[in-house]
Amino acid sequence: MDMSMRKDTPLSRPLAGITLGRPLTLSLAVVVLGALAPWLVSAYELNLLARFLAMALLAMGLVLVWGQGGVLSLGQGVFFGLGGYAIAMHMKLAALGDGELPDFMVWSGLDALPWWWVPFKSPAVALLGVVLVPGVLAALFSWAVFRRRVGGVYFALITQALALAFATLLISQQPSTGGFNGLTDFQTVMGMDLGTPGAARGLYWLTLALVVAVFLGLRVLMASRYGTLLRAIRDGENRIRFLGYDPTPFKVVAFTIGGALAGLAGALFTLHAGVVSPALVGVVPSIEMVIWVAVGGRNSLAGAIAGTLAVNLAKDGVSSAFPDLWLYALGLVFVLVVTLLPGGLAGLVTDAGGTGLGKRLQSLVVGETK
Amino acid sequence: MGEWPLIAGQIFNGFSVASLYVLAALGLALSFGLMRVINMAHGEMLMLGGYLAYLTLQVVPGPLGILAAMPVAFLGAAAVGAVLETTLIKRLSARPLDTLLATWGVSLILQQAARNIFGAIGVDVRAPDWLNHAYTVPSGLLEGLTIPATRLFILGVAFAVMGALSLLLARTRIGLLVRAVNQDRGMAAASGINVRAVDLSVFCLGTGIAGLAGVVLALLGPVTPNVGQSYVVPAFLVVVLGGLGSLKGTAIASLIVGLFSALVQILVDVSLAQVLLLLFVIGFIQFRPQGVVAVRSRALDA
Repeated sequence: MDMSMRKDTPLSRPLAGITLGRPLTLSLAVVVLGALAPWLVSAYELNLLARFLAMALLAMGLVLVWGQGGVLSLGQGVFFGLGGYAIAMHMKLAALGDGELPDFMVWSGLDALPWWWVPFKSPAVALLGVVLVPGVLAALFSWAVFRRRVGGVYFALITQALALAFATLLISQQPSTGGFNGLTDFQTVMGMDLGTPGAARGLYWLTLALVVAVFLGLRVLMASRYGTLLRAIRDGENRIRFLGYDPTPFKVVAFTIGGALAGLAGALFTLHAGVVSPALVGVVPSIEMVIWVAVGGRNSLAGAIAGTLAVNLAKDGVSSAFPDLWLYALGLVFVLVVTLLPGGLAGLVTDAGGTGLGKRLQSLVVGETK
Repeated sequence: MGEWPLIAGQIFNGFSVASLYVLAALGLALSFGLMRVINMAHGEMLMLGGYLAYLTLQVVPGPLGILAAMPVAFLGAAAVGAVLETTLIKRLSARPLDTLLATWGVSLILQQAARNIFGAIGVDVRAPDWLNHAYTVPSGLLEGLTIPATRLFILGVAFAVMGALSLLLARTRIGLLVRAVNQDRGMAAASGINVRAVDLSVFCLGTGIAGLAGVVLALLGPVTPNVGQSYVVPAFLVVVLGGLGSLKGTAIASLIVGLFSALVQILVDVSLAQVLLLLFVIGFIQFRPQGVVAVRSRALDA
C-alpha cells in the first residue's frame, strides 16, 4: 500500500513520553476521583464502573495491537475468555472439598475432574494462568500466521474464525465447561468472601491500579524504540524489511501483550460480574471490543479507556430500556465512527487543537504536546 | 448400513456443503481480488436472498416458485449491494480494515431489521414437490446411501453459477475489463476503463450470487436473521485459502473446506470439527501463504 493513501503518518509525530506539567496534574485528578468513587457512587454503579475498567485493560491492549501495530484482531474475546475461565475454574475448585466435583459436572454425569481442570486448583497456577494461557496462545497463533507474512484482512478473518471456534467449543463441551451458562456462583477468591462490600471495593481499587499501571507501561513501550518500529511496520512493512528488520517478532510481541491484557481483563471482569460464559467471548462480543477502541481513538490509550466507558455505559442505558434499538445504534456507531471519525474521540480533540482549550484537552487526552 | 455408505455419504455432504461455500465465497473473493476489501455484511446478502425466496413463494406458490425466487433474490441482493458499495465501501476503499468494521455495522443493522420485520424465529421455505424426495442406493457396496434431491439441486446451481461466471470473465467484454482492472488498476484506468464502474458491477454481481445462495440455503432449513452468519465465516476461510480473486482458487478452496469439515465430522462432533478446520487453515498457510492459486505479480504489496 502506498504511504500517501494514509491520512496520518504518525512516524512524523512520535508520541511523547510521559508528559509532565498540567496534563499530569489533570490525569492525577482523574485517578484520585476514580479512587474516591466507592464513596461517590452506589454499589451497583461501582460494580458497573469496575467491569468497564476491567474491559479498558483489554482496550488498551488493542491500542497497541491495532492502533500502533495495524493488526486488526476480531478475536480478542478468546483471550478475554481464557483469562475469565482460568480464574473461574479456580474459584469453582476452591469452594470444593477433596474429591468433590463442581455441581454442573455432577449433573452432566462426570465422575472425575477433566485433566485440564486439575492444575487450576492451585491459586498460583490460576493467577499465572490468567495472563500466561492467553499470552502463550496469542504468541503461538500470531507467530504461526505472521511468520508466513499473512496479515491484514486475512489475519482479521482468521481471528474471527478463532472466536467462533472457541465459543462453539465452550458451548458444546457442556460437561466440562458449563456450556452455554458458563461458570457462575462464586463464593470466595483467594480466601476473600466475594459478597462483602469490602471485597467489591478492594477489587475495584485493584482494577483501577492495574489500569493506571498498564496505561503507564504501555505509554513507555509506545514511546520506546520498539514502539517507533511497530508504527513503522504498520505504515510500511516491506520498507522496514528492506531496512534489515524482521517485522514478525515485533507484531508477535504486540499481539501477545494484547492477548495477555485481554486475559487479565477477562479475569477481573469475571470477578466483578460473578459469571463468565460463551456469550462474552464469541464473534459478536469480540468485534464489539474493537468498536470501544474505535470510538475512543485507536492510537490513544486514554481514548481507549474513555471509549470503553462511553460505549458500555451507553449499552447499559439503551439496551435495558430499548433492546432492539441498541443493535441499530451499535451498527450505526460502527459505520459512522469508521467513515467520519477514524481518529475517534481522541482524534476529535486533536482536530480541535487550534484553540487554547482544545490544545489543553488534546494534551490531556492524547498525551502529546505540540 | 456399513462403513462405506457412511463415508460416501459424508463425501457427498462435503461436495454439497462446498457448493454452498462456493456460492457464498465467490462474491467475497471477486471483490476482494479487485478492491482488497471484505464485506462483512455478505452473510446478510444470503439472509436477504432467503427472505426474498420466502416472499416470492407467497406471491408465486406452486412448483415453479423456487425458480421464480432465484432471479428475484439475485436482483434484490445486487441492488442492496449497489447501495452498500456506492454509499460506504467506495469511501473506504483505501482502508481495508476499516471497511471490515463499517460493513460489520451494516450487518448488525440488517440482522436487527430482519428480526423486527420477520421475527427472530425464522420463516420456512418449503421445497417444491419435485425436489422433495431422495434417491437411495438399493444394493451393492453403497447400499442404503441416501441422497436428497435438494442437495443435488444445490450442486447443480453451484456448477451453473461457476460455469456462467467463468464464461462471463473469459469471453465477454465485461470480463475483459474485470481482468484488466484485476491485473493492474492504474494501467487499466490510464487506458480509459471506468475502474469505478467495474468495481461497482463486480460488487453487485457478488452480492447477487450471495442472494442466489440464500435461496438454495432456504431449501435446507429455516431462514433466520442470523442464517448468513453460520455460512459466512467458513466462506471467509475459503477466501483466505483461495488466493487473490481467483475463481479456480475459490472453487478448490471451497472443496477443501467442505470435504475437510464433512470427513472430520465422521470422527468428531461439529464444534471440534470447527477447531480442526481452523488448525488446518493455519497449517495450510505455513506451506502456501499465497493461497491455492497464486496470482503472479511483480507488485511489492500485491
